[in-house]
Amino acid sequence: MTDFVQLLVAGVAIGSIYAMTAIGFVLLWQTSGTINFAQGEFVVLPAFTMVLFLIVFRLPFAAALLGTVLVSMLLLGVLVHKVLVARLLRMGVLPLVIATIGLSLFIRYSLQQFWTAQALPFPSLFARAPIRLGTIVLPWEELMNVLFAGAVIGALQLFITRTKLGWAMQAVAQNRTLAEVLGLEVSRLVTLTFVLNAALTAVAAVLIAPVYLVKYDIGVALGLKAFYAAIIGGFNQIRGALLGGLLVGLVETLSGAYISGPFRDAFALAILIAVLLLKPEGLWGVKEEWSS
Amino acid sequence: MTGTRRTVLAAALVVCVLAPLAFEQYKLYVASLTLVYLVLAIGLNLTLGYAGQISLGHAAFMAFGAYAVAILGQRGLPFELGLGLGGALAFGWGLVVGFPALKVKHHYLAMVTLGFNIIVFLVLRNWEGLTGGSFGISGVARPAWGPISFASDRAYYLYILGWAAVVVASAYWILSSRWGRAFRAIRENEMRAAVVGVSLRAYKVMAFAIGAAYAGIGGALFAPLLGYIDPGAFTLDRSIQFLMMVVMGGLGRFEGPFIGAVVVTVLPEILRASEGLYLIIYALAVMLMMLFMPKGLVGLWDRAVTRLGRARVMPGTR
Repeated sequence: MTDFVQLLVAGVAIGSIYAMTAIGFVLLWQTSGTINFAQGEFVVLPAFTMVLFLIVFRLPFAAALLGTVLVSMLLLGVLVHKVLVARLLRMGVLPLVIATIGLSLFIRYSLQQFWTAQALPFPSLFARAPIRLGTIVLPWEELMNVLFAGAVIGALQLFITRTKLGWAMQAVAQNRTLAEVLGLEVSRLVTLTFVLNAALTAVAAVLIAPVYLVKYDIGVALGLKAFYAAIIGGFNQIRGALLGGLLVGLVETLSGAYISGPFRDAFALAILIAVLLLKPEGLWGVKEEWSS
Repeated sequence: MTGTRRTVLAAALVVCVLAPLAFEQYKLYVASLTLVYLVLAIGLNLTLGYAGQISLGHAAFMAFGAYAVAILGQRGLPFELGLGLGGALAFGWGLVVGFPALKVKHHYLAMVTLGFNIIVFLVLRNWEGLTGGSFGISGVARPAWGPISFASDRAYYLYILGWAAVVVASAYWILSSRWGRAFRAIRENEMRAAVVGVSLRAYKVMAFAIGAAYAGIGGALFAPLLGYIDPGAFTLDRSIQFLMMVVMGGLGRFEGPFIGAVVVTVLPEILRASEGLYLIIYALAVMLMMLFMPKGLVGLWDRAVTRLGRARVMPGTR
C-alpha cells in the first residue's frame, strides 16, 4: 500500500509534465493542423537554455526561468511559425509532418554537435527533505511538479475560456475558414498558439530536467509520450490531453514497477492501439467530421 | 511510359548491374545496401506516394523479413523460405496495422504505425529465446542454390539485384493495373473515389499491406548483407529514413524511390567524416526541400525538362 501510494504520486507527477507537453501539442493541431513531430525537442531546447542561464551564466532561478520561457517563445514560437509553419500551412498535413521531423533532427543534432553529447546534470529545484505521512515518503519535488503543472494548465484554461483572445483561438480551432470570414486575424492567432505552446514546453522542460537529466536525445521519448497522451485522451480536446498525460504517466510508472520493467513503454502503447482501434477520437475526445 | 523514359531506365539498370561489380569491397557493400533500400522505398512509395497513407513503421515490417531469414537460416532452412515467410508475415501484419486506416484519418495512421514500430522493437529486444535480444543474431547465411553459392560479395550483389528487378517489375505491373489507378484515386480525393465506386476498404488496406510486404522482402535481403542483425537496425529512426527517401525522391513518382535511395544511402557515406554535421545538413535539407521543392528531386528534374521545352504529360503523373 505504501509503495502503491508513492508510485501513484510519482505517476501523477511525471504524468502532469507529459500532460503539459501534450496540451501544447493538441493546441497546435487544433488551430493550425500541425502535427508537431518536434514537440519533444521543443522541451529539450529550453532545458539546454535553462542550463545555459542557470549554470553557465549563473543567473538566479527566477531570471533564468523567465529568460528560458522568453527564448523559447521567440525561437520555437514566433520563428518556427514564421519560417516553417506559415508557409506550409496551406499545403496539407504531410509536408508539415515531414518539415517538423526535419526540425526535430535539426535541433537534436545541433545540440549534440555544437554543445554536448553528454547528459548534463540539472540542479534539483525544490531541494528539501521529503514529506513523510506515516510510512509513505513523498519527494517534495513530485508534489511541486504537480502543483506547478496544475497552476500553468489552470491558467491556460482560464485564458482560453475567459478571454476574448482565447475565444478567438477557439473559433480558429473550430473552423479556420469561418474564423477568417468573421474577420479574425487567423495568422496572428496561430502565431499566438505557437508562442503559448513554446511557453508550455519551456515550463515542462524546467520541471522534467531534474528527472530525465538534460541530454540532446531525451526529446524522442518525451515527444512520443506527448503523442500517446494526446491520442489516448483525444486529439481535439485540452481536457483529453490532460487526462491522457496523467494516464500515460500512471500506466508507465505502475506497470514498470509491478508488471515488467523492459516492457514499461509497451503498456501505454497497448492502450494507445486499443484506443485507436475502438475509439479513434480518443477516450475524452469528440468525433471529428469526416474529411479527406 | 514514353520511349525516352524507358531508354533512360534501361540504361540506368545496365549501369547498376555492371559498375558496382568492379568496385572495391566497401563500395560494393554501399551499392548492395542502396538496392536493398530501393526495394523498401518502392514499397513505401506505393503506400504513401500512390495511396497517400503515411507509414512511420516501415522498419518494423523490414524486421519481419530480416528476422525470418536469420532465424530460419539458423535452423538450416533455405534463404528463399525465410524471404517468403518474412514477406508473408509483413503482409499479414500490414493488413492488421493497415486496418485502422479504414476508420481514421492519416495523422492517426502515422501514430498507429509509429506505435507499431516501437512495439516490434521492444519485442525484438526482449524475446531473447527467438531473436537473441539486444545481442541480435550473427552469422546470417547468404543464399545458395545447390552448388551455386551467393556467399561472395559480388555474387550476393547480383542476387539482390535479381530481387530488386522482380520488385521493380511487380510494382510497375501493380501501378499500371486498375489497382494503381484506384490507389491514385484514393490519394487525390477519397470521397470522390468512393462515389465513383472504388472500394475504399479493400484498396486502402491492400496498398498498405503490399508496401509492408516489399519492406519484408527488403529486410530479408538486408540481413545477410552484413551477416548480423540486431533490434537497433529496425528503429523508428530507420523508418523516418525511408520516409525521407521517398519524399526526397518524389512522392507518387515511379522514379522517386530510385533517386531517394541513392541520395539517402550514398550521401552519408560520402560525408561520413562528419556524421553529426551530416545529420544537421540533412535535417536542413529536408526542411528546405519541403519549403521550396515539395515534389522532390523528380520535381526538380521535371522543371528542368519543362524549361528545355520538352514537357509532355506522362502517365502516372498528375
